[in-house]
Formats: sequence, structure tokens, C-alpha cells
Amino acid sequence: MAIRIVLAGEGGQGVQVVANILAESANAEGKEVIYIPNFGVEQRGGVSIAFVQIDDKRIGSPKFPKADIVVALSNRAVNRTLQYVDERTTFIYDDSLVAAAEIDERAMGIQAVEADPRSQRTTELIDESKVKDQVQLPDNAANIIGIPANDIAKNELHPRVFNIIILGTLLKATAVVPLDRIKEAIEAKLGAKFDKNPALRDLNYKALDKGMSLVERLV
Amino acid sequence: MSEKPVKGERRVFMTGNEVCAWAALAAEADIMYGYPITPQTDIMQYWTRLAPKYGRKFLQTEDEISAGFTTVGGVIAGKRAFSATTGPGNTLFQEPMSMAEMMRIPTVVIIPQRGGPSTATVIYSQQEVTMTTYGGNGEGFRIVYSTAGHQDLYDYTIKAFNTAWKYRFPTFVLGDGYQAKMREPLTIYDPAERGIKMVKTEPLVGLPGTPGIHRPAQYLRNTYNTEEELYDVVMEIARDYEKAASEIIEWQDFDTDAEMDVLILAHGVVSRSAQGALPLLKDEGIRAGHFRPVTLRPMPEEQMRRAAAKAKRILVVESAYGQFLKLVKQSLYGMDKPIDTLLRPGAGVTAEEIVDRIKEGR
Amino acid sequence: MTREEIALAPNMPKCWNAETKPHKFCPGCGHGLALKMLGEAIDELGIQDKVVFGCDIGCSLLSWDFFNLDSVQTHHGRTTPVITGIKRARPEIIGIAYMGDGGGYAIGAQHLVNSATRNEKVTAILINNTNYGMTGGQMAPTTLPGQKTETTPYGRDPEETGYPTLGPEMVAAIAREGAYVARGSIANLRQLKKYLKKAIQNQIDGNGFSFVEVMSSCPTNWRTNAENTWNFVEKDMAEYFHVGEFKVPGQKEEK
Ligand SMILES: Cc1ncc(C[n+]2csc(CCOP(=O)(O)OP(=O)(O)O)c2C)c(N)n1
Ligand code: SF4
Ligand SMILES: [Mg+2]
Repeated sequence: MAIRIVLAGEGGQGVQVVANILAESANAEGKEVIYIPNFGVEQRGGVSIAFVQIDDKRIGSPKFPKADIVVALSNRAVNRTLQYVDERTTFIYDDSLVAAAEIDERAMGIQAVEADPRSQRTTELIDESKVKDQVQLPDNAANIIGIPANDIAKNELHPRVFNIIILGTLLKATAVVPLDRIKEAIEAKLGAKFDKNPALRDLNYKALDKGMSLVERLV
Repeated sequence: MSEKPVKGERRVFMTGNEVCAWAALAAEADIMYGYPITPQTDIMQYWTRLAPKYGRKFLQTEDEISAGFTTVGGVIAGKRAFSATTGPGNTLFQEPMSMAEMMRIPTVVIIPQRGGPSTATVIYSQQEVTMTTYGGNGEGFRIVYSTAGHQDLYDYTIKAFNTAWKYRFPTFVLGDGYQAKMREPLTIYDPAERGIKMVKTEPLVGLPGTPGIHRPAQYLRNTYNTEEELYDVVMEIARDYEKAASEIIEWQDFDTDAEMDVLILAHGVVSRSAQGALPLLKDEGIRAGHFRPVTLRPMPEEQMRRAAAKAKRILVVESAYGQFLKLVKQSLYGMDKPIDTLLRPGAGVTAEEIVDRIKEGR
Repeated sequence: MTREEIALAPNMPKCWNAETKPHKFCPGCGHGLALKMLGEAIDELGIQDKVVFGCDIGCSLLSWDFFNLDSVQTHHGRTTPVITGIKRARPEIIGIAYMGDGGGYAIGAQHLVNSATRNEKVTAILINNTNYGMTGGQMAPTTLPGQKTETTPYGRDPEETGYPTLGPEMVAAIAREGAYVARGSIANLRQLKKYLKKAIQNQIDGNGFSFVEVMSSCPTNWRTNAENTWNFVEKDMAEYFHVGEFKVPGQKEEK
């Protein structure tokens, strides 16, 4: 079965890491996968977007108009991803009280910027109260699910494992890859660090569990 | 020789740029010349990390004119030399590539197309079709493979070296920013283990023996004195090109055996959207087929015409404002087929958009 | 920003376009400092209505709407000829070409050399940040020996890729009487502004080609924190590149 995922957040929230681990584990599972990191204007807008498609057969176009699952991790990411939502989409957003810091959009330049998407530039944080666009959740999605990932990360675990919570949520929601594969991919990325500091392994797997507990299987 | 970079067969999950670097290594490319430009730069960056481990070389030049001419030089010296560029860099490559065309120098250049004209975007397009097939002050004596994904990038980068050296025409692997930057699975392999033999390279200068004593000196020229002289030279290249064309052309067709309501013509990554559109169209009760030329130069004209003959209408889809369309019209000249278009310069096309376009046209 | 806010904005040169601030360079980038000095120089010379500003493709392109000046984005390496074309057609215009070290010393080197030899009455400003900033940190002609970049992952080996280009020294050597050539640094802004002002005045006076290289920073691609960024500019770069005036009209050359 084909599944199309859009994952968006502020630069620095680790959106690409999550997409990468998901894509890599699906590949390890023998699936067809296309993962496009930060593409288009988005890459310069301070919002980082990942497009992931997973399928049993060869995938058509790398671009897709509507997603099965959209995960938006900041107010601006919500606004940016509305275009990928239709009546079949499950829309997952972070409804934490602790809002994600946003980056001044004007500080990121124009579309013609020559930069390599990998070299995400860092810019100063701006005052949340100055963000004019308020969150407007989609009115056409099949499901809208708010998860307090930021709160959980900050209050119960550690802010750094925020993206692992999201990974858990995605994993549960899509059920496209078995947990073991994800763990293998995490180990491949972070195993060395875990070995040095076993508490870190614990923390990450807790975050993964926590993320999985936040949603039901959706697809 | 040092160890083989790719042994056996291996399923990998990487970006298209990384694929190109590995393919060039597997194809026993000796040296890369290049100048940074997004979204090509990663090919160079992988190459600069990998090449020294396998005894291969690299030179970062001062610009693309120089990258093109140093590649020409590398080939003249008898090495499997290549480069990669795109966009305004591809524009600058036209001067050296026209020298390669005239002097039958088998350069290989990988081109992940970006938006144009001018600096435009670093993202994606199919707007370098005209320039890559017919750029320069020449006749388009070039070979252009338009790839649709990572397996293609691997296969055709390897093949490009062989086609170039066998037929002695500058050869291009025409990809795009999507393919360059996205990751998808593919199988990389040692060409030898699949029975692919790399065509031997040979130097055009620096041959053994003293010129004038043991052998005649090599005089490589691109300048001629009279109209007649030039005419003969160009016509000889043209004859060689026409002769080789039937051996070089490659294409794919999908559901083109039966009568069709519409035949979708698309190349490169857009072909994947066309392939994706076929089952959707079937659900709508529309009989559709798809023809994809893999080589844009030479163009598989006969094959395209055969497919077109069975369709009521043609739909040309591309991420450019009619560059592929021009090649199609040239190929289908004289056929009485209405041609519709979905032209999206510098922007991607999805299967759904193709379906919508066909439904709207009915 | 409202008018009041603009009026209150501290230290913003008058010729800056407040609408496009904060600017788009990375934090700690030297481009912003150089452009601030350029802005002040333009203000002090009172020429905002006469300048045409050309920017190269490179991080300099981020300055395309930076000033309240008529501005044109050109191609990578081609800013000097575009500004030269404008100047030749309309000599009353004060033409400023703003570019990176890749743009000026690699792809556009021939234009720099030939504009200098023809003594074109334009002002070229070049930001030396020892790499290709915008494309993600590849080797530039100015990359220091041993410096790691994306295309010299094992460090720049001068045997393979030569030594860093000494731009002002080269331009001074080929330019004729009337040319103004200097190298400044973001580590000495007062001096930098003085050079920039003289370089523009030299064009206004119709003397000849004016060229200022600016030693600058690129913390994003250098992957340096604030302290190491300044160390790199003030120590590592300064060891190789020397600030000063290399050619001043009417001044005997001291060798
Ligand atoms: C003909 C051409 N080749 C390559 C590029 C890609 N490109 C854009 S900016 C750049 C390098 C910029 O470096 P530099 O001039 O040093 O400016 P910086 O970003 O460091 O300020 C390159 C290679 C291009 N736009 N056009
Ligand atoms: S990449 Fe470097 S030169 Fe470009 S804006 Fe950032 S710090 Fe400045
Ligand atoms: Mg630079």
C-alpha cells in the first residue's frame, strides 16, 4: 500500500532526522521509498519540510499533491502544510502550550538562493507574540489530532528527544515499518553515543514509546 | 590497480548525486573536473571524498568554461574524464561541448537540471533540454540520456562512458534537481560482474614514439579554410551520427499495444508521473498509453511514431515551456495527430495533474 | 517597520532599505558589516541618487534589495562587466559592483583583470571569506593552505590547487595611474569605510578603476563560534592577507 507523508517543522526541530530514519527503515524493510528533504521555497522559509513516500511497488512522481499523513510541528508549519491536506488526510499537529520557537521568515532570503538544502542556516529567534499568522487548522481533513509532544519532551523527558516522540507517533499512525527496524535505524545513527551514555538509549526509547502511545493506528 | 569501489550487487538508499559519484567510480572514470553549482555540487563533494581512496583524480576549476575544456583535455589525454554541471553552468559548457562535438571528443557530463532562465532556482526543471541536445554553434551531434530515477542514474552514468567512447560523441546524463537531491533505493553493482565491459580509452596526443620519426604527429583541428572543406567534415560527422543512432536510441513504452484515447509523451522524472497516471486513467475509463524516450538525442523517432499512430490524441507533459514539445513535433512531423500539452516550466508534475489535464481536455 | 521605528533604528545608514531588515545574512556574517560601511560611505558622500548597485550570485545576491538604491542582480562572476556596461553607456552613474571571492577571483577573474587594465571607471568591492559561502562551503581561490572545505575535505594542498589569490596585489600590479586598490577587513571598520569612500570618490573624480577587497567571515561554513570566527579573520587570514592601500592616484608607490 502506498503512503504519502509530509513532515514539517522549524529548522532545528529535527524534522529531517525523523524523515530520514523512517525512510531508511522502510528501505531496510525492502519497501520502495522516496524521501525528498527540504525542497523549494520551504527550505528558505525557515520551515523545514520532508516528503516521504513508501510503497510496495515502484513509486511514480517524487512530488505529490495530497498526503495521507501531515505532521506539522509549529504554527507556521501548519500554515505551510495546509495545501497537502484533503478529505483523506490525517493531520497531526503539536498542540503544546510550549510553542516552538519560530524563525523570522524575512531573515531567510529568497527562493533563488543558491544554498544547498543541507546547510540550513540558523537565524535568530523572534518573539512568538509578534507572529502575525495565527494557527488555522485544516477544515477538510479526515482526522485532526493534536499531540502535546513539545510539552511531553520538555516536562517529562528532554527537549532533545522531541523528534523521537514524533517518530513514535508516525510509526504508530502509519504502521508501515516494524518497530524493530526503526530501532535498528536509531541504533545505526546514535548507537555509538548510546554506548557511551546508556541513559541516552533509555531516554530515546522512552520517547519512542511515548510517541506511540499518543495515537492509534490510522492507515 | 586499487580495490574495486563496488563489488557484487548491493541495494542502497542514497541521493542521486551520490549515485552518480559511485557510478563514475564503478565505470572506472579516471578524473573529474568541475565547478560548484547547486544541485550538482554534491557529486563533486562525494567524488572528492571517494576518489583519492581509489586512485582517481579531481580538479576544481575556476568556472564551467574551464571545467568543460579541462574535461576535453582529459579525454584528449586518453582518460575517462567527466564533469557535472547545470543551469547557468550548462550554458557555459556549450563552448567546450561544441569543440567536443566537432572533434569527436567523448566527454561525459552529468546534468541535474535546475530552474531557468538565468540563475532562477536551484531546485528542479526540464528546461535544459534544448541546450543539452542542440546547444552550442553546432548541429547537436551529442548523445543525451534522460534519466527517471536512481537506478537510471547508475545504469546510464556507466553506460554514458561506454557510448561516448564507442561512438566518440560528447555524452550527457540529463537528470534534474529532484533526482539529485532525493533518496530512493537502487541496486549498485560492479559492471564487470554483469558482463558490462568498459570500452577502452585511448589518447589522442602523447602517443608513444617521436612524432615525425616513429609516427606522424597528431594534428587535431577544428578550424577549416573553405566552405567545401567544412561541409565535408560536418557531413562525415552527420553520417557517423546517423549510422550510430539506431544502435544508441533507447525508449520505454507502457500500454501502447492497443488503441489509445491518448498517448502521454514525457521524458525523465516526469515519465514516472505519466506511468503513475495510467492506472488512474484506466479507472476513469480512459484508454491511455505512455511513451518515454530515454535518449533525447538521438530520438527514437520511429518508435514514437509507431506508438502515436495508435492514439487518437497526444499529450506532451514536461517541466519546461515546450522544449521537449519541439522535439516531439519534429519527430511526429507529418502525422495528423492533435497534440495537447501540459507545460510546467521549472515546476514538478504529478500523476494527478496529468489525469486532470486529460479529463479537462475531453 | 513604521516611520518612527525607522527614524529610531540605531545606526542604520540612510540609504538602507528598512523594509528588508533584518537582513538575510547568517548571524556573524561579514557581508552585513561590509554593507553597513558601504551604506555609511554612500551616505557621507551624499550620492544615494546617483549610485547603481550590482550584486553577484553568491551570498552577495542577498543584498539585491538591501539598499534604497537601484540594484541589479547579475550572474555569478559577471557583475563587473554589467556595471562596466552601465557606466560606459551612462557615465554620470556611479557604478558599484559587489561580489564574492569566487565571483571575482575565479569565474569572473578575466573581467576583474580586463576592467583593471582598461581602467574602467567603476568601483568593485569583493568579499573575501575564503570559501564559496552560498553553495555550502567549497574551496575558493582565497582558501588558506590546509583549510578544510567541502571540496578539499583533507585540507587545501597548495601543490595540487595553488596558493590563495592575492587580489589587490594582482590588480595593483596591472592597473595604471588613476586606479585605487586596497584591502580592508571587517576587523577594522573605520579603516574599511575610509577605503570604500576613497574607492567611490576615485570613480566620482573620474580617475580610474577602484577595487577594495574586504576580509570577511563565514561562520556558517567555517563552522566556527563567535570567538573562533574572529580569530580566523584577525589571525589566520591576516597572516596571509595584508590590509592596506596598494595603489592610490597621485601617490608615488612605495615599494
Ligand atoms: C555559471 C554559474 N556557476 C556556478 C554557479 C553556482 N554558484 C552560485 S554562488 C557560487 C559561489 C559563491 O561564492 P563567492 O563568490 O565566494 O560568494 P560568497 O557566497 O562566498 O559570498 C556558485 C559557485 C552559478 N550561479 N553560476
Ligand atoms: S553562508 Fe557564509 S557568507 Fe553566506 S550569509 Fe552565511 S555566513 Fe555569510
Ligand atoms: Mg566567498
